[in-house]
Amino acid sequence: MITAILTLLVLAAIFGALLGFASIRFKPEGNPIVEDINNILPQTQCGQCGHPGCRPYAQAIADGEDINKCPPGGEATIQALADLLDVEPKPLDAEHGEEKTPQVAIIREDECIGCTKCIQACPVDAILGAAKQMHTVIESECTGCDLCVEPCPVDCIDMVPIEDTLATWHQNRPLSNIELIATDRPTPAVNKEDAA
Amino acid sequence: MTVASSLITRSRVWSISGGIHPAEHKQESNTAPIEAIPLPSTLWLPLNMHIGAPATPVVSVGQMVRKGQIIAQSGGGISASVHAPTSGRITAIEDHAYAHESGLKQPAIAIEADGLDDWRKQTPWEDWASKTHEELLQRIHDGGITGLGGAGFPTDIKYRNRHAPIDTLLINAAECEPYITADDRLMRERAEDILRGAQICLHLLGARRILIGIEDNKPEAATALEQAAETLQQRIELAVVPTKYPSGGEKQLIQLVTGKEVPKGGLPSDLGIVCQNVGTLYQIYRTVVHDEPLISRITTVTGAAVSNPGNYEVLIGTSMETVLNHAGAHLKKADRVIMGGPMMGFAVPDIAAPIMKSTNCLLAPTKKELPPAIEDSPCIRCGLCEQACPVDLLPQQMHWASKHRELESAELHSLEDCIECGACAYVCPSRIPLVQYFRYAKGELKQERQQHEESERARIRFENRQARLEREKQEKEARRKARAEAAAKAQAEKKAREGAPSSGSNDDDPVKAALARAAAKKQARAESAAAVEQSPAELKEALDKAKAKFDKASTRLQEAEANGDAMVAALKKAADKLEEKYLSAEKAYQAATQSQETDPS
Repeated sequence: MITAILTLLVLAAIFGALLGFASIRFKPEGNPIVEDINNILPQTQCGQCGHPGCRPYAQAIADGEDINKCPPGGEATIQALADLLDVEPKPLDAEHGEEKTPQVAIIREDECIGCTKCIQACPVDAILGAAKQMHTVIESECTGCDLCVEPCPVDCIDMVPIEDTLATWHQNRPLSNIELIATDRPTPAVNKEDAA
Repeated sequence: MTVASSLITRSRVWSISGGIHPAEHKQESNTAPIEAIPLPSTLWLPLNMHIGAPATPVVSVGQMVRKGQIIAQSGGGISASVHAPTSGRITAIEDHAYAHESGLKQPAIAIEADGLDDWRKQTPWEDWASKTHEELLQRIHDGGITGLGGAGFPTDIKYRNRHAPIDTLLINAAECEPYITADDRLMRERAEDILRGAQICLHLLGARRILIGIEDNKPEAATALEQAAETLQQRIELAVVPTKYPSGGEKQLIQLVTGKEVPKGGLPSDLGIVCQNVGTLYQIYRTVVHDEPLISRITTVTGAAVSNPGNYEVLIGTSMETVLNHAGAHLKKADRVIMGGPMMGFAVPDIAAPIMKSTNCLLAPTKKELPPAIEDSPCIRCGLCEQACPVDLLPQQMHWASKHRELESAELHSLEDCIECGACAYVCPSRIPLVQYFRYAKGELKQERQQHEESERARIRFENRQARLEREKQEKEARRKARAEAAAKAQAEKKAREGAPSSGSNDDDPVKAALARAAAKKQARAESAAAVEQSPAELKEALDKAKAKFDKASTRLQEAEANGDAMVAALKKAADKLEEKYLSAEKAYQAATQSQETDPS
């Protein structure tokens, strides 16, 4: 009896010490869920959610903010966040904007006066240029956040939808009228084939 | 069909799982010999007829080009050049109709034929065996050769990227897709040239054997190959596989003729095999030996709406419409025009699109022959698709995943190993367009990956920018602080100089401070010396020492004076100092002894 109690006590002490050590030694830095949320967000850094960039919004979501404030991510992002956080997906909050097709900023270069205002506005350093020199957008790096459009004093920046190319085009989901479970909607054809 | 010879061996055949037996429809087009289509007036040559980077135009509008001249140079890496299929004038370099499901136009070069069909200067290599591997590969690359079986992969890459030593050159002569007979006719008519091409490849690969995989529905072609082998005295192994779709898929054929499976994500070269279509081998021969780049190909034109179905030798860039008209296609009767076969082909959105390097078949079926897709019914989980799949996947599960865009689940079911052969959709009793679902899911998967990569890049750029801004802010702050400090100091100094020069200003001047410290020390020492009462014995000792030092110094001084030394002055000074010390010590000693004498009393 005594031996058993002692054994258990010793074991408890050992494991307690082990767990205590592990909790200090392997303590994660920061909140790991923020990193996961940030990975789902589209990283356009557009600020439409009301936060200065995607990471701050990820932090806010981790602190309990709504997951439906990211128009560039759209439904897919909301769904992914809902899955991650195990909450109900909500429709996109229209207050923060609508889901648009991906866009890219294009500077009408002969109209550019070289004021560098768009360069300062670009959250991902995707605009190239210098004072009194023509500016241009590095299209492959542009996230389409449209933050550069507003500061331009001569309105020479256009947001252009990205067109499909052979490399990006892919087949749409086939249209099907059948979204119901077969047993919910019995048809003779199905029964016949089933029997066959 | 059997030619008794030691050169030809019949190789063992294994089996693949699944597969289907659709109606072959080969006899419509495989009876007539290959016919060349007359030179069209205009040719449109797309810049991306191959997998990889598009070619870059090297001609300008208005320029005259000769037959076989490069008009677009291959881009870096995986790419293939484009050549002028005939002589003429470049009339446009712009977007043109292109054979792709999307209907997207693609950049292309237009050539107006001058009718002369004037070749550029050609340098035939009858003695190709004397050339180095690099020269041969360069010739193949410059010839713009891509795989003619369908995928259009630049051929020279296959010979440059090898994972393992190659043992076998596998000739894909299966041509398993219904309706298509281009390879069949080519083998019947030009088997020797095909084998000559194979000899070049064998030489390049350093492979041991030529293995030909051919379906048993092409006995004439097999015989032709055997006869060619006899003529050329070339040892070949013939693996006649049972007719079953899709035995002509590269990985399926390898499994059929070797019994080994290409590992997931691997290449045939991992098994020591390079697989090459007969059409490609023929083209390699034409290019290497006769210096003819890939400017024409054999295309099957068939279907119930075509009155003269058969195989046609077509210049690349000829519009599909021209080819169909030449073959007597009734475009009104035809329901649609399919590029490729009925299983893996796709409906061409615009028949102004040109014939490409990969166009092996144009199929113009009537509505009755190949009815358009009818409405699908729900999946009844019969499992037929799983039995038909040649890659042992679970199409039913992949269908659920794809339909509901559960990409992770689709990936777990190895969606990416699907070869899109269409066997599952063919057997589906509910007529579910399974392959379309899979293509959709594959596209979504690719897009998602791409987006993730892009967003990752954007995140890094954003974070770097934030860090840079923060750093700049801190640097600015530091500079501001440094400036403020400097200003404050200057101010204080000025004030000090003006106000009280004697007090408090010592802190700033190190020399003054040092002097002050020395003075303080001296004073402290004097005080302590006075405070400490020394015993007469100690004082006596000190006195003796001082006396000895003084005596020594004075003797040295005398010596120096006698010699007329230069150090006389210094020694004199030292002797004076020691004398002083000696005198003071004597004084202190006398004082001490006197006080001692008086004290006890």
